[in-house]
Order: sequence, then structure tokens, then C-alpha cells
Amino acid sequence: MGSYFRNVWDGVMTVLIGMKVTWKHLFVPAVTIQYPDVKLTLPDRARNRLYVNMDDCIGCDQCSMACPVDCITIETIKSTPDVDLGLTSVGTKKRLYVPRFDIDIAKCCYCGLCVPPCPTDCIVMTDVYEFSEYERQNLIYSFATMSPEQIDQAKTKLTAYEKEQAAKKAASAAAKPAAPKPAAAAVSAGAKPPGAPAPKPEPLPGDGSPKVPETKP
Amino acid sequence: MLGEVLRKPDKGKSSGVLFGDHERYVDWDGRSEDPQGSPGGALRRELEAGHSSPITEYTITQTAMKELLLGIFENPVIVYTLLALVPLIFVIPFALFAVWWERKISAHMQDRLGPMRTGGWHGWAQTIADILKLIQKEDIIPSAADRRLFKLAPYIVFAGSYAAYAAIPFSAAYIGSEINIGLFYVIAISSIVVVGLLMAGWASNNKWSLFGAMRSAAQIVSYEIPIALGLLAVVMVAGTFDLQEINRMQSGWFWNWFMFQKFPFLFLAMIVYFVASLAEVNRTPFDIPEAESELVGGYHTEYGGMRFALLFLSEYANMFAVSAVASTVFLGGWNSPFGSFLSGPVLGFFWFLAKGMAFIFVQMWLRWTLPRLRVDQLMYVGWKVLIPFGFVIVFGVGIWTLAVR
Repeated sequence: MGSYFRNVWDGVMTVLIGMKVTWKHLFVPAVTIQYPDVKLTLPDRARNRLYVNMDDCIGCDQCSMACPVDCITIETIKSTPDVDLGLTSVGTKKRLYVPRFDIDIAKCCYCGLCVPPCPTDCIVMTDVYEFSEYERQNLIYSFATMSPEQIDQAKTKLTAYEKEQAAKKAASAAAKPAAPKPAAAAVSAGAKPPGAPAPKPEPLPGDGSPKVPETKP
Repeated sequence: MLGEVLRKPDKGKSSGVLFGDHERYVDWDGRSEDPQGSPGGALRRELEAGHSSPITEYTITQTAMKELLLGIFENPVIVYTLLALVPLIFVIPFALFAVWWERKISAHMQDRLGPMRTGGWHGWAQTIADILKLIQKEDIIPSAADRRLFKLAPYIVFAGSYAAYAAIPFSAAYIGSEINIGLFYVIAISSIVVVGLLMAGWASNNKWSLFGAMRSAAQIVSYEIPIALGLLAVVMVAGTFDLQEINRMQSGWFWNWFMFQKFPFLFLAMIVYFVASLAEVNRTPFDIPEAESELVGGYHTEYGGMRFALLFLSEYANMFAVSAVASTVFLGGWNSPFGSFLSGPVLGFFWFLAKGMAFIFVQMWLRWTLPRLRVDQLMYVGWKVLIPFGFVIVFGVGIWTLAVR
């Protein structure tokens, strides 16, 4: 009998204790963050969407090679010696046009391995994480800034230069054995994706890469 | 016609029983003025002898409404249908509000925010959006279900919980039907709900639904007894089943409420009634008929769209019905806690609502505090705790009434 009443008493008291706990929590400020209105600050080194600063890109292709999922596609065109493509912000001379720099962010695994190899620090991971799209195609980001006309122009120029060089070489070879000049470099001109930015009037960003085989234009 | 209906009743005749004049009721069990010592005492005999009730002090009463509508429509069927729909004006907004309120309470008790976006301020329109969605949804009936019963069940459940509102005194000036067996009627009619629940569970042809329905039936049948015992204690003190009269007996300051009479018997009776009413309306910790984690949704597993909304509505209607009975019987219903201060037919509705909502809040509070009981624990609480306590309370009140004349 005593245990019966103790049981009932315990039941009532434990219910009251529980109610006290929930009552206290009724006035505890909620931990919820109203996401689209309020956002958590990300950690300093958070790795999210990639961004490429094309003004600094020298087309060295090292980020593409580092990428474990091959989501970066780079095409370059050599520039001719008479063209000055300018310097990057770290002082590297740009020697290659970059007509195509595509990142398929849908494939990207946010490992960040593309960032350290970049000699000019132009590829970075930003803190942007809201970039959902209705079409998967829209997740292929094109960073290249060249217009199709500029690409054609650059290619034509390079072809003309190479022909000229070849003619010169032939001439000098005919004269005497001379220092050869290998002219072959990555000359690939993919058509630019439709979403490319407006063409720039001034000399195009291309580059001479520091580690790419020492090809002199 | 209109003037006749709205005419004030004879002032001189009823002046002694004015609403605020609580002095006469303080002695409601009639110890000093009542040589016969019948429970209910002086007030009841006065009411019987004199005029009908203080209700007639207010021009807009149920009778007045009825006569007014009869004058307009001249068809009693239409008039009584309209009168029957009056509590619906309260029940539907209440259900919408209570669902939102419950979501907010549960959220804040768990340090969350709950619905925040729909409608602007703290998601106040969330349940309106929900109900609009539910109304638009396709009415799906499982192919193996018993179609007729499946369709009928939600209406029976709702009818059961809504019918109880007929005898609930919302204010001194409004009660659907002032019948002299009001309390008895409320207990009896709300048992209809279990028929609907069983029907829903059976007709769904789903094992989870049937489990839920059977559990619900077992639970409601068991917990009707402590409910009846808890209310019986009050009826023994009051000497009447008439809810409006029970209200009038508790007028005056809050210590006149039945909760504080025959201490501690009626206070314990309130607790017994409240705990049993939780089981009656299938609320946690007695929510084994719904038991989301074990039975999917219990008897309403197979329901969707409008029929589900109806089941949900009747659940919340039932919650308020039991809370309203508790507030009427134990907390003085529409009586102001401060005697004649802040009392009146409109404020009476406010007090009634406030007390009912306080009970609803405790129901929600318990829901988000306690886990679910096992079936055997449920039966233990019902048969071995609440019913013996109920008997002791009834016995104690009986002895007290007999011994202290």
C-alpha cells in the first residue's frame, strides 16, 4: 500500500518536474536561424563556389591538372611576340590567350586542391553557397572574357606567325643549321560558350606560364 | 415583434438575483438558510420559486435569438439549423488557432520558432494555408476500404464532439440549450466519438488504423469512469446537472469556485477529471490511439484532404469541449474571478474562454513534456489510480455533505 502511494506520488511529482523543465524552455530564446533572412557567418577558410579572376590568369592549366574530378576545362592560344598581354597583379607576364575557362560547378567537390597550385592566386574559393539552378547546364560557369571574334583574330594571327616562323626556319635551315624554334604549343580554340561576357576592346588576357615548357613566341 | 423580443424582463421581479449580487450565493450549499440541507440549497429553491434565472436579465438570450430568427424566417427547421451552427462560429476559428498555438508552444518548448513565415507575424496564417490546402486535395479512398463507413466516420466523429457544444454555457447570455441534464448530456454525447473512431479504423482496412481504433475504444471506455466520478463529486455538491446553474452557484469571488470547495476533494476531482479527459481526447501522454511513432497515425492513417481535416477539427473541438466542461464545473465558467468586477455577458465569454484556454494550454504543455504511456501503464493509471481516487473523492464528498449540515 505504501509503495502504491509512493508510486502515485512519484508519478505526480516527476510530471511536475518535467513540466517545470518545459516551462523554463518556453522562455529560452530559440536557437533557430531564420535562414534566408539571417545567415550564419561561415568560417574564414570555408570552401564554396569557385571564382576565377581572369585578369590574373596566365592559362597555365595547373588548376585543371590538380582537379580530382576534372571539372575545370582550359584552352589557351599562344600570343605572338608583338602583342603585349600585360602583367598579372603579382607581376607575372601573360603570354597566352585564354579563350575558354569553364568550371562545371556541378562536378566540383569543393576539395580546394585547385587553389594552391595557382601561381598568380587567381582561382579562389568564395563564401557563396547559394547557386542552385533549374538547368544543370547553367552550373557550367565560363570565366573566359574573349569574344568569338577576338578568338578568331588571335588564332589567325598565331597561324600567320607560325607560317612566317616556319618560312624563316626553312630559310635559315637552308642557309645553315640554326637554332631551332619549336612553335607547337597548345593551339586549341574551342568555341566560346554562349554565356560569355562582353568582349574587351583592349589586349586580351592570355599569358606566358612560368612552368609551361619554355616556348618562346 | 422585435421590440417585444428585446424587451427587458420585469425588473422588479428579478432584482434580487442580479448578476453581480453574489452575496446570496456565497452560502450556496445552504448551511445557514437551508433547514432541509438539500445539496444546492438556497439558491436552487430560490431559482425554482422565483423567476427562471439571471439569464433573463440580458436581452439577447438564446430564446430571444430564436424568436428573432423565427420572426425572420418563419420556418422552425431553418431557425434551429441556424441556431445549431452558432457554436461553429467559435469552433472552427478555435481549431485553426489552437493548431497554430500548439505548434508555437511545442516549438518554443523545444527552443525552436515554429511557423514563422506564412502571413507575416509569427506565421499566424499557417493553419489557414494548411486548411486551404487540405480542402483542395483529392479525396482518396483506399480501394480495399469499406467505402460507406469510411466516408461516414469523420462526420460521426465530428458530430459527437460538436454535439457537446449544445450544452456548454459560453456566457451567461448564451448556451445552446439549457437542459437540466446538461453535464450528463455532455458526457454521454461525447462518447459517440468512439463509435466514429472505431468506424474509421475498421473501414480503413489497415492494420495500423484498426490498432489505433481498438486502443482508442479501450482507452475511452476505461477513462469515461474517472471522468464521470470526477464530475459526480461536483454534481453531489451542486445538486444539479444543469451547467448554467452550476455556473451561477460559483459566482462571486474565485474562492467560490467548486475547485476550492470541500477542499481537497473537489480539487482532487478536478485533477482526476483533467487527467482522464486527456485520455478521452487522445492527447499525450495517452495518445496511444494515434501514436505517430508506432501506428503511423492510428485511426486516421488512411484519411487525407477534407476528411482528415474534419477528423483533426473534431479532435481540437473535443479538446475544447472537455476543457470547457472543466472550466465550467471547477473554475466557475463565465464567472469573473473578482466577484462582480469585470463581469457581464461579454466579459463572461472572455472569462469562459480564458479558463478554457488555460486548460488547453496545460494539455499542450503536458503533451510536449511527457512521453507516451504503454498500454498496460495506461490501464494501470486508469483503473488502479484514477478510479480508486475517484471513488474516494465521491465517498469523501458524500460523507462531508451528510456530516456537515
